[in-house]
Amino acid sequence: METRELVGRLQAVVGAEHVVYLPEDLIVFERDASIDAQLPAAVVFPRTTAEVSEILAVAGELKVPVVPKGAGTGLSGGAVPEENGILLSVSRMRDILEIDEENRTALVEPGVVNLELSSEVKHLGLYYAPDPSSQYACTLGGNVAENSGGAHCLRYGCTINHVLGLEVVFPGGEVAWIGGKAPDAPGYDLMSAIIGSEGTMGVVTKILVKLLPIPEAVETYLAIFESVPDACEAVSSIIGNGIIPAALEIMDQVVTRAIEEAHHVGYPYDAGGVLIIEIDGMQEELDEQREAILSLCREARAREIRVAQTAAEREIVWKGRKGAIGALGRLAPNYYIQDCVVPRTKLPEIMRFVEDVAERHDIIIANVFHAGDGNLHPNLLFDVRDSDQVRRVITAGEEIISACIDAGGSLSGEHGIGTEKQEYMDWLYSEEDLEAMRKLKRAFDPDWLFNPTKVFPTGEGPHAAKIHIGKAPVHATAAAVWK
Amino acid sequence: MKTDVGQPGLVIPDNDSERVRFEGLTDEDLAQCVHCGLCLNACPTYRETGLEMESPRGRIYLVKAAKEERIPINETFLKHIFLCLDCRACETACPSGVQYGKIIEAARGEATLVKPGGTIPRSLRWLVFKQLFPYPRRLNVLANLLRFYQFFGVQSLVRRSGILRLFGKLLEEAETLLPKLSDEFYAPPKVEIVPARGETKHRVGFVTGCIMPYFFGETNRATVNVLTRNGCEVVIPKSQRCCGALSTHAGARETSKDLARQNIDAFEPYDLDVIISNAAGCGTALKEYDVLLESDPNYAARAHAFSEKVQDISEFLAEIEVDTSFGTVAKRVTYQDACHLAHGQRVRAQPRALLQAIPGLEFVEMKNSDHCCGSAGVYNIVQADMAQRVVAPKVKNIENTSADLVVVGNPGCMLQMDNALAAGGVSTRSIHTMELLEEAYQAAEMNGNGADGKE
Repeated sequence: METRELVGRLQAVVGAEHVVYLPEDLIVFERDASIDAQLPAAVVFPRTTAEVSEILAVAGELKVPVVPKGAGTGLSGGAVPEENGILLSVSRMRDILEIDEENRTALVEPGVVNLELSSEVKHLGLYYAPDPSSQYACTLGGNVAENSGGAHCLRYGCTINHVLGLEVVFPGGEVAWIGGKAPDAPGYDLMSAIIGSEGTMGVVTKILVKLLPIPEAVETYLAIFESVPDACEAVSSIIGNGIIPAALEIMDQVVTRAIEEAHHVGYPYDAGGVLIIEIDGMQEELDEQREAILSLCREARAREIRVAQTAAEREIVWKGRKGAIGALGRLAPNYYIQDCVVPRTKLPEIMRFVEDVAERHDIIIANVFHAGDGNLHPNLLFDVRDSDQVRRVITAGEEIISACIDAGGSLSGEHGIGTEKQEYMDWLYSEEDLEAMRKLKRAFDPDWLFNPTKVFPTGEGPHAAKIHIGKAPVHATAAAVWK
Repeated sequence: MKTDVGQPGLVIPDNDSERVRFEGLTDEDLAQCVHCGLCLNACPTYRETGLEMESPRGRIYLVKAAKEERIPINETFLKHIFLCLDCRACETACPSGVQYGKIIEAARGEATLVKPGGTIPRSLRWLVFKQLFPYPRRLNVLANLLRFYQFFGVQSLVRRSGILRLFGKLLEEAETLLPKLSDEFYAPPKVEIVPARGETKHRVGFVTGCIMPYFFGETNRATVNVLTRNGCEVVIPKSQRCCGALSTHAGARETSKDLARQNIDAFEPYDLDVIISNAAGCGTALKEYDVLLESDPNYAARAHAFSEKVQDISEFLAEIEVDTSFGTVAKRVTYQDACHLAHGQRVRAQPRALLQAIPGLEFVEMKNSDHCCGSAGVYNIVQADMAQRVVAPKVKNIENTSADLVVVGNPGCMLQMDNALAAGGVSTRSIHTMELLEEAYQAAEMNGNGADGKE
């Protein structure tokens, strides 16, 4: 299939100015926020469901792979293009179509930015609960694709718990509505199949989400510990005592120092571990929880507990936390962020193991994670230009994944599998399990065109082989196509 | 063979191989960006286009790719680099501390200003950046010609005749944006030193700006008055020049360096406590002289000392014991964060605190006050279409506040917002923070409990 023909067909659908195909432009689309890279044949920017449908019809006819893309803030490679494929960006589909105050729902297009929805409904006393750290920029379409979580998912759940309905364009171009304002539609729950499918089953073009009332009261504490395992113990005992805070977030010293440089939040430089605790709800409820939480922290050897006194202070605590991953850029040019989940009680043990791995492989591992969910995010820092370091990072990463699985955990809490963890899927699942999943994908995507090289193991060996951030000039090859 | 880059007056120079690409930009500067994307929605051009190439992350990636010679430096590349407003909102959003301004300005240095050839816009750009802003006397002559143009009916004649259309769309648009000259130019005093009223507590230098004396005479007068009312002896060196911000943004770094050196020479002899700017764009440029001249052995250390002393007027007033014997100003006002104050200099709270100290003044925040208005130096002239798109939500947000005045600390923003507000039929008008402060002082004087005779 000629790229020229494909571009012409796409231009006929969306207009010439909404297809990007010049090689020097395409280059910026080769990556998302993960470490893999691949140039697409073209990027297309539809405005309407009808245009998406026509694009998918063209893709089906020409048998061209398709990758849907939101903002490209994903960490597992879900929005990295396919070779000779179409990258379908929803960044022009960013209208909030309806806000239903009485039913507390919003109907949005997939390109709406997560935080913008909350700020649009703030005056009604409402907000959209799932809050991934990238919420300043990430799109709700991307959140649906990855079933994104966030700091407050401990109490409120992930994206899947907040979506009531979806308009989906399936491979080939068929448009369907799933779900709706009334709960519990009869028949199979297709929403659970689509949400978190990482762009392997179709393109979501409208999303009906729940809005929640802004809690009457919010309190945020910073509990400061000598070590991360101590902080983990505090988390276990808080939840073990029947308290479910809105958020329980742990950061180690590497992270707090990086954040401190970026945002001057006031984190102590010498603390081994910092735990952010946020409780929200009715004021009376908070009054009951406060003392219990503080004394459990002290029991777990917290050396100091600070209270964010004002909304502005809370905001800066969260700004620091949400910018944590980006702040690591101050320490190293590349990071490999993992996303394993373990049963909460295993956290102290796993965190000690992570420390040990860092030491044995002589790499820096920065930890910032959703402790309440048992969801770790070890960030293995490296410089992609140092190939020995890259090798050590991959080995260390695999040891951590393996230990988490052995502890009864899983590969990914919220970032998705994408390209980053696909080769480890068979560590967790049997071939029969994987085949069952492939059958589900084929039911929606019989030609296997949607994000075709992701999620499932390729058998190509460890992830190391995939760190191939391109260095070759692209203008030479592209010139051949276009002249 | 030179290539036109779609920017009037700018070309990619030939003899590509012998040039050092992206002067002063290191691999580490670029590696600081970890590609997380948190900057995307902070960027006005990304919000408008949804295109990664028009985002900070995308532009950094383009520069990285060009530096590694994966892509050529061509018209397409520079189109994206010059569509950036240089508003620095991405620097505020960036958790990794990327110095985006340094990257974009180095990238702009890859295009070169050329002498007039063919088109009117190209000549205009060359004329303005190379032949006009750097020379105060030429500016003065031009300003007087403009006064003739505006005050003796020639302007309305020209506008009615549509004659400018013959010279191209750009010149016509530039003419429309041409601000009204100040009724009275701000003539720097014969002596270079204006004494403090009452006891002298601070000795400050004042950067008048290159065009401000002509178009914003009132702002400069108000600034000096506010300073002298607050115990400042104000030094206004005659030999000062344009700060160089506009030429840096346009890619003419050598011109900027010359101007920076002249300004350091002009202010250095006076042994000043601080050097005050009342224009956010100038203030940011002045604070970055240390970066601009870091490889100049004769000036690097002096540039550092100079930049250390630069403060925005509102930043300075917040640090001294400011005289708050303001009179009543019964107006509803909102505040626009000039990009180069909020993002460039991290000055946000200080001007708001000053405004809120004025009795009778009703302060109301607008939505997204730190989103760019699209002015961005000469951007609203050379990138008129995008500037229009960027200012549209700003007009709506200002209108929603029902404010009488939108206060801002940068003259370029005043022009852009006033034009857009008038075009949108919104009655709110812009005013510089210092003009409003001076108005409050004068209100007190008229009521007899003046700022001078404070009790």
